Amino acid sequence: MRLTVNGEEHDVDGVVDVAGLVAALGLDARKVAVELNLAIVPRSTYASTRLAEGDRLEVVHFIGGG
Amino acid sequence: MDGTSALDDTWTVAGRTFHSRLIVGTGKYKDYALNAAAAEAAGAEIVTVALRRVNLSDPSQPMLVDHVRPDRFTYLPNTAGCFTGEDAVRTLRLAREAGGWDLVKLEVLSDTKTLYPDMEETLRALKLLVAEDFKVMVYCSDDPVYARKLEDAGAVAIMPLGALIGSGLGIQNRLNIHLIVEQAKVPVLVDAGVGTASDATVAMELGCDGVLMNTAIAEARDPIRMARAMKHAVIAGREAFLAGRMPRRMYADASSPLSGLI
Repeated sequence: MRLTVNGEEHDVDGVVDVAGLVAALGLDARKVAVELNLAIVPRSTYASTRLAEGDRLEVVHFIGGG
Repeated sequence: MDGTSALDDTWTVAGRTFHSRLIVGTGKYKDYALNAAAAEAAGAEIVTVALRRVNLSDPSQPMLVDHVRPDRFTYLPNTAGCFTGEDAVRTLRLAREAGGWDLVKLEVLSDTKTLYPDMEETLRALKLLVAEDFKVMVYCSDDPVYARKLEDAGAVAIMPLGALIGSGLGIQNRLNIHLIVEQAKVPVLVDAGVGTASDATVAMELGCDGVLMNTAIAEARDPIRMARAMKHAVIAGREAFLAGRMPRRMYADASSPLSGLI
């Protein structure tokens, strides 16, 4: 399945939902937030939010800032 | 108010009460460990944070939350880098999901040279955020009229600049800060422009509820020591404000009695 994650194309195999994608990217779900096609994905719904070909995602976290 | 009540001197924003009146940023530090140590030395209870894309090519890189811990500090997510209301709203929706809280710092900037707040767009963004139940502390110009408009639109704190972000020039218009403090019914914090300890003291002497700074600590030769200096400076300014300064006089007024001279 081809997805656009943080502006870059990713070809992911065996990933069906947001929880699977976060794990496949090697990230701790408790430390990130996810936007799917411009809509927030609540953390509690990562496992039930299915992904589809061509989806656009943003995966963000907190960094230092003023 | 007497001199013994300093420890009970708290301030409250959006229903949350804090003892420290110094909010520190978490940008520009050599690493997150120094960042955390500086925030501790400053005695800060609130730290500002930014939201950015995760670096997917290196998911093992250090994460802010592992050093400046959210269970120790209240995170205040900002909208730094946003130039439109829509950008700001999108960023803070993600921040709310990442952090699980609704207290945020709105800043909508006009250009990269001055990072001066675009007040028309800031006010519009504020209204969008308030409609989504965010509790919004607003970085703004030191224009008392816009400060009042922000408050009327539901800002939970007004945060005028002392000088441009990262400039370290100190408070450029004390009169305007004073006017904003005088009229505001929500907390007023000087945000941006502090360069050294006396600048923070001036802000507090003007009656501000707090000061927000980043670069003044992060770019000091010794950030930990400067963080400590800022902690004392904010307390000193606050205490002086509460104590009530003496009147200014044109001429001398002897401290030693002039009677009984030999």
